[in-house]
Amino acid sequence: MISLNVNGKAMKVDVAPDTPILWVLRDALGMTGTKFGCGMALCGACTVHLDGAATRSCVTPVSAAAGKKITTIEAMSASKVGKAVQAAWVKHDVPQCGYCQSGQIMSAAALLAEKAKPSDAEIDAAMSGNVCRCGTYNQIRAAIHDAAAHLKA
Amino acid sequence: MTAAFRPSRRDFLKTSALAGGGLTLGFVLPGSSRIAQAATEFKPNAYLRIAPSGRITVVCGLSEMGQGVLTAIPMLVAEELDADWRRVRVEQAPVDQAFNNPIFGMQATGGSTSVRGHWEPMRKAGAAAREMLVAAAARTWKVPAGECRAERGVVIHKSGKKLSYGKLASAAAKQKVPAKPSLKDPKDFTILGHGLRRLDTPAKVNGSAKFGMDVRLPGMLTAVMARPPVPGGKALSVDDAKAKAVKGVRQVIQLPQGVAVLADGYWQALQGRDALEIKWDDGPHAGLSSEGVTQMLTEATTQEGKVGRNEGDVGAASAAKTLDAVYEAPYLAHACMEPMNCTAWVKADGVEIWAGTQSQGPSQGILSQVASVEAAKVKVNTMYLGGGFGRRFAPDFTIDATLLSKISGKPVKLVYTREDDMRAYFYRPASVTRFRGGLDAAGKPVLFSARVASPSIMAGSGFMKIPPNGVDSFAVEGVEDLPYDIPNLRVEYSRQEPGVQVWFWRSVGHSQNIFFSESFVDELAHAAGKDPYEFRRDLLSKQPRYKGALELAAQKAGWGSPLPNGMHRGIAVAQSFGSYVAEVAEVSVGADGQVKVHRLVAAVDCGRTVNPTIIKRQIESAIVFGLSAVLYSRITFKDGRVEQGNFDSYPVLRMDEMPKVEVHIVPSTEAPGGIGEPGLPAAAPAVTNAIFAATGKRIRRLPIDPAELKKA
Repeated sequence: MISLNVNGKAMKVDVAPDTPILWVLRDALGMTGTKFGCGMALCGACTVHLDGAATRSCVTPVSAAAGKKITTIEAMSASKVGKAVQAAWVKHDVPQCGYCQSGQIMSAAALLAEKAKPSDAEIDAAMSGNVCRCGTYNQIRAAIHDAAAHLKA
Repeated sequence: MTAAFRPSRRDFLKTSALAGGGLTLGFVLPGSSRIAQAATEFKPNAYLRIAPSGRITVVCGLSEMGQGVLTAIPMLVAEELDADWRRVRVEQAPVDQAFNNPIFGMQATGGSTSVRGHWEPMRKAGAAAREMLVAAAARTWKVPAGECRAERGVVIHKSGKKLSYGKLASAAAKQKVPAKPSLKDPKDFTILGHGLRRLDTPAKVNGSAKFGMDVRLPGMLTAVMARPPVPGGKALSVDDAKAKAVKGVRQVIQLPQGVAVLADGYWQALQGRDALEIKWDDGPHAGLSSEGVTQMLTEATTQEGKVGRNEGDVGAASAAKTLDAVYEAPYLAHACMEPMNCTAWVKADGVEIWAGTQSQGPSQGILSQVASVEAAKVKVNTMYLGGGFGRRFAPDFTIDATLLSKISGKPVKLVYTREDDMRAYFYRPASVTRFRGGLDAAGKPVLFSARVASPSIMAGSGFMKIPPNGVDSFAVEGVEDLPYDIPNLRVEYSRQEPGVQVWFWRSVGHSQNIFFSESFVDELAHAAGKDPYEFRRDLLSKQPRYKGALELAAQKAGWGSPLPNGMHRGIAVAQSFGSYVAEVAEVSVGADGQVKVHRLVAAVDCGRTVNPTIIKRQIESAIVFGLSAVLYSRITFKDGRVEQGNFDSYPVLRMDEMPKVEVHIVPSTEAPGGIGEPGLPAAAPAVTNAIFAATGKRIRRLPIDPAELKKA
């Protein structure tokens, strides 16, 4: 059994230690908000926070989460930054198919937690690991700026 | 009680009281074949329900893959219903012929048909309900219906008396269904033409939206399959001892199309799949290579093909100047963000699947054969689609999941890895087109001929046939319908089959053919010494909608105005799926040959608009999809094997490469056109024509190879 802290709750899961966090969340814990896209940390759909840092859960073994806090999209509304990001996503009607958006929001929230007012270049740097095949990048950028402005206010 | 009417020969509407009270309207749309049967039965899966609480539920039979259909369809109903939009909810329909797409005659989503096909039927649905609610209020008040009107979910009598739709719902269900519900004058629209927020957004920002991948059933196993590495290959021998030794692996099932490992979860199934030891017979396509495909297609264009369009006489036409060029586009994968997957449960009494599918109707028929049950016993639960782009019209993932459930006796979720997804074929066809163009002494085009060689989607689709003239219309669309006024024009098609399953890919044939034709027209413009915009415009005098889109794009982009150093413009125009889109790209090319697209300005004439915000986003979305194909994406074969597997070898556009995009809508009172695909085709030639303006180098093959643009 592996002990985990997911969204502030202590949990125990019976999985092999090399199992990626993504599949522990999705299959063992039934938390399907975090998405599988590529399995190689190339698309960002699986992004979660590990002690606040945006982390590709598809390549991060669950053993690496020992003693750390995993935060997923399901708990975003519990944080001030996460709530602001989600509100901006709604205001800008960002999602189309929506499959990548959990990961986009997690990457954006990690960025804003670190940089209160990110520049376009900083947004590019933080967000270019997250692929969106619907091409919502301009709306994502606008929503991040908007969330930043809202958080500052 | 039920009542029925036929507003037109193939339209049909019925009503029945809900068990808990309320008004249910069920419509069998044009294209359905169950009209008579539906007339007498109570159908809980109707299109519109009004609950006593006032909640309005629109039931949508179309698949939401990002294009906004779960918002657009309710808007159509709500407008004519005079609903309070805040009370409108949408629900995904089951598979049922009542939900047939009127354009396809089957329940399916694709071809940018949703609004085009449902524009009138769904408004009639709303209008009929509104008239029944008004009639119910009039009866309650014992006043003439003409003294009552509907407004935002309330019926109002001229005296000022009001009754809400919720309060009227049960009484409305007892009213006669109007034979010819009157539709509004578009000038009175309060919902249509407005950029209302999407109804699916809240669920898509908190992780609660359920995609096919998110389905979980009690006792469910997850399957990952090993498939032959070469199309048409098969397993000669399978050693599954190591796979079965993986903890959590429950079963290994060999199918003709591959070997599946079923396990407690995805990770165990993947470990098991990767531990399989399989000897493959590569079959007849072991030598397949992209070079071979290019050669095959290119050679075919040197021979006469089947004639799709022939005007004047291209052979006899005399020209002062002729141009010849050969263009090529590669196979492309859709690379939907959500890899293909399906959950199936074959039970004694039928089959149930949960999938992000674009083809509920065809799936029902196919799976009834797979599971040997009657079609009515196949239930399809449509989940959100993590991208579709045509790929989810294909039946491979639903068939295989159903087979695995049938054999294992358990609910099975079949999941493709990203690599499985990318190597499962169903590609946009590779294509080569050979052009000849001729200009008279004044630089006016007098001849245009095109020979297209490509595999046939129609022939490979399993549900279509190539027409008697031998021309697959998907293979030539975008070339065959060249809009320019050229007296001698001929388009031929040569079907070539290298052995790879091809399929519909966002905007289908237009995706490569508009790149070909709008690039070659650009070549003609330059050969004529004319401005590429003016050249096109002069040839579109009989095509007002093309011309209108072209002019608006040029105007908004500031065509002809100075640009910062190193920036260059290209222009292209296209019609597809009933909409006209012109695009102007602003591009720079670095000394290293790297192309940067800075800005894209698009103008779209898609007729009357349902939701302008969604329209603009769809045009932008399709542009991004097109840019990935221009700049990066290709599927290539070596020794029969697909060389790409993931987003490292199949790059797509990312945030740091995203241009500014502006979309302008041409005001129009024409019937609505499609919107999910039409933004795509013009993006490639707008960019490559700008590259020509920047470098003098003509891109005739996609994706762009920066090495060819590198400054010597």
